[in-house]
Amino acid sequence: VRRILFLARAEVLHIVRDRTTLAQVLVVPIVQLLVLVNAATFVIRDTPTYIVDHDRTSASRGLVNRLAASGHFRILERSASLSRANDALLEGAATLVVTIPRDFESSLARTGRAPVQLVVNAEKGSAAGIVLSYAGQILDRYSGELGRELHPAATIAGGWLHPAATIAHPSPGRGHPRIETRTRGWYNASLDYRHYMVPGILVALVTLIGTLLSAQNIAREKELGTLEQLNVTPLTRGQFIAAKLLPLWVLGLFDLGLGLLAGKLVFDVPMRGSLLLLFVAAAIYLLVALAIGLLISTGVDTQQQAMFVTFFVLNVYLLLSGLFTPIDSMSPWMQAVSQLNPVRHFVTISRAILIKGAGLDEVAPPLLILCGFAVVTLTLAVQRYRKRTA
Amino acid sequence: VSALWGLLRKETLHILRDRRTLTVLLLLPVLQVVIFGYAIRTDVKDVRLAVVDPSPDFATLRLRGRLTGARVFRVVAVLPDAAGLERLFQTGAAQAALVFAPGFADDLGRGLPARLLVVTDATEPNTGVTIQGHVLSVVQAFERELPGRPGGVRIVPEARLRFNPTAESKNLFVPGLMAFVLTIISCLMTAITLTREKETGTMEALLVSPLRPWHIIVGKVAPYLVVGFASVVGVIVEARLVFDVPLRGSVTLLFAEGTLFILVSLALGVLISARTSSQRVAMTAALLGTMLPTMILSGFIFPVESMPRVLQYISNVVPAKWFVAIARGIMLKGVGLEYLWTETLVLVAMALVLLGAAARSFHERLE
Repeated sequence: VRRILFLARAEVLHIVRDRTTLAQVLVVPIVQLLVLVNAATFVIRDTPTYIVDHDRTSASRGLVNRLAASGHFRILERSASLSRANDALLEGAATLVVTIPRDFESSLARTGRAPVQLVVNAEKGSAAGIVLSYAGQILDRYSGELGRELHPAATIAGGWLHPAATIAHPSPGRGHPRIETRTRGWYNASLDYRHYMVPGILVALVTLIGTLLSAQNIAREKELGTLEQLNVTPLTRGQFIAAKLLPLWVLGLFDLGLGLLAGKLVFDVPMRGSLLLLFVAAAIYLLVALAIGLLISTGVDTQQQAMFVTFFVLNVYLLLSGLFTPIDSMSPWMQAVSQLNPVRHFVTISRAILIKGAGLDEVAPPLLILCGFAVVTLTLAVQRYRKRTA
Repeated sequence: VSALWGLLRKETLHILRDRRTLTVLLLLPVLQVVIFGYAIRTDVKDVRLAVVDPSPDFATLRLRGRLTGARVFRVVAVLPDAAGLERLFQTGAAQAALVFAPGFADDLGRGLPARLLVVTDATEPNTGVTIQGHVLSVVQAFERELPGRPGGVRIVPEARLRFNPTAESKNLFVPGLMAFVLTIISCLMTAITLTREKETGTMEALLVSPLRPWHIIVGKVAPYLVVGFASVVGVIVEARLVFDVPLRGSVTLLFAEGTLFILVSLALGVLISARTSSQRVAMTAALLGTMLPTMILSGFIFPVESMPRVLQYISNVVPAKWFVAIARGIMLKGVGLEYLWTETLVLVAMALVLLGAAARSFHERLE
């Protein structure tokens, strides 16, 4: 054990002495956290909207006002020209075009129904669907208002609700069968994307530090030829690897703490569950991340290759982890493949603990899978690492 | 010129010899297309729904049937009370829950409001909003069709998704992927290959050889251009054949704009190599300075409009942002230069400034 600690001390000195590595370990994660958490968001804010109003009645104006007042839409321009609306859409100036037909008001009064065309620029991906559902929500609420004006006794379908709200939505009218729907969005009532991203980005940072540093570290020793010198020492393979990885393991946990602190101070993210449990999970997960780095380093000759391969592996891992886009949306076979991705399991654990306040019971399945990964990858790494091949 | 040929041959051999890097270079784009095609999606389907029904009756059973009939939902648990609900959400077994109040059908029959609570997991806000929208639309349709309800006023939205009618995320990623691949190859690899000559000291040898500076740059960069073009063509062909991604506009224009973007990235790579002395630093600079912004700030995955103002301003100096806009315009909207001239001009200006700076930094090193 003393030998391990001695070599570990040498490693720590190496890391502290090298400015680039130190910056990589301390500054880069925090900067990444701050930038990524703000940038990695699908939040929808004032959608630029073009209004084509063929009707120009009080009903159509009322609709436009409701859209503008909702805060979700920013009215770019209104005219009766479809071609100008089309131009705005093609240029990318407008995301949504709302077309109100000529007989909008009269048709509402006569038949109680009128169409409104919503054309959304689907380039925006998932935002497009949400924009439509916000618009639908406003249309519904507005039909409710109009209904009360036109047929005071009539009931109307309840409107769409913001999930944050827990407002009762009673349908007016007495005696008719009606459903009073309340809605609740659990865990993130304010719909703040940053609260969702911080626990995920923290995982990415821990992964990056663990895998990249361990891959680079051993590759550097190989490149410099100092691995040869270590080979003639009485250290065993296991001792050597333990000494190499121990400082990085501590560093990874330290970075997690740093990131959590930054998340708390800067973004005020909720931390509902036990931090101790999170650190235990992180300790296990880091073993996997470090072992993967070690595995990479055994397969490459230079630091450059180590970095390149690490980058490639992490890229795939992070994209398939559900960090940026939900696992549930992936195609079924991709979901099955992602079970083989340790990052996925730790992202699940981190979010469950921090956002949902899950305890050991709830995170036990992914945690057990991580333990399995740790055993397999560490064994593989130690076996594949041959002192003499260096 | 024969000296230039010699250099080109040497560089090509270098690339072909480093099998691992070459494999990554060629495999990365192919794999990325698969990942983005099947994994990077945001559509909500097959929602895991828990039902809390303390007193099942014909009305709750019918509403439950409507929800499962909507195909978006899959009922994972039916509970008599809400006690076990939290655990289902924490383990991720349920994404939404429908909580009926006791005596649902009785209340409906007597004209009292029948109470219903819709709980969604809003951890990921957009998914939460979307799921809630799906549940509510089913509930509202059910309510409208209840016997004994008078007809109300209804504005019927006719929704249309332009440029990507099936709302498939895969159609959006190909343009971004092209920017990504081109950045890796033209910027990262250029920076590395030039710094390697510096690090090993062979740059000096090249500089005293009869090769002119632009010969050196062309010789170093041209082979990577070929690799870059090959991967881009590969990405487009794979996307067309496997995923049926549309290419509505002019292919010539797309390649011309691609070349412009490559010039910008190359100039950036030369600049990075001029400012750094080791491959490691060059690689870190290229990764942090160009790759990450290309992935995060270009609108490739996350829409630029969603970001805070400051990041939106910063994203303007990321060349990939402009290229992604151009490529999407050409591929998805089928528009030409008449709509894309602003973006093109920005890229031209970037290319001029960066190439000038790169040429200068290279000349300075001669003294």
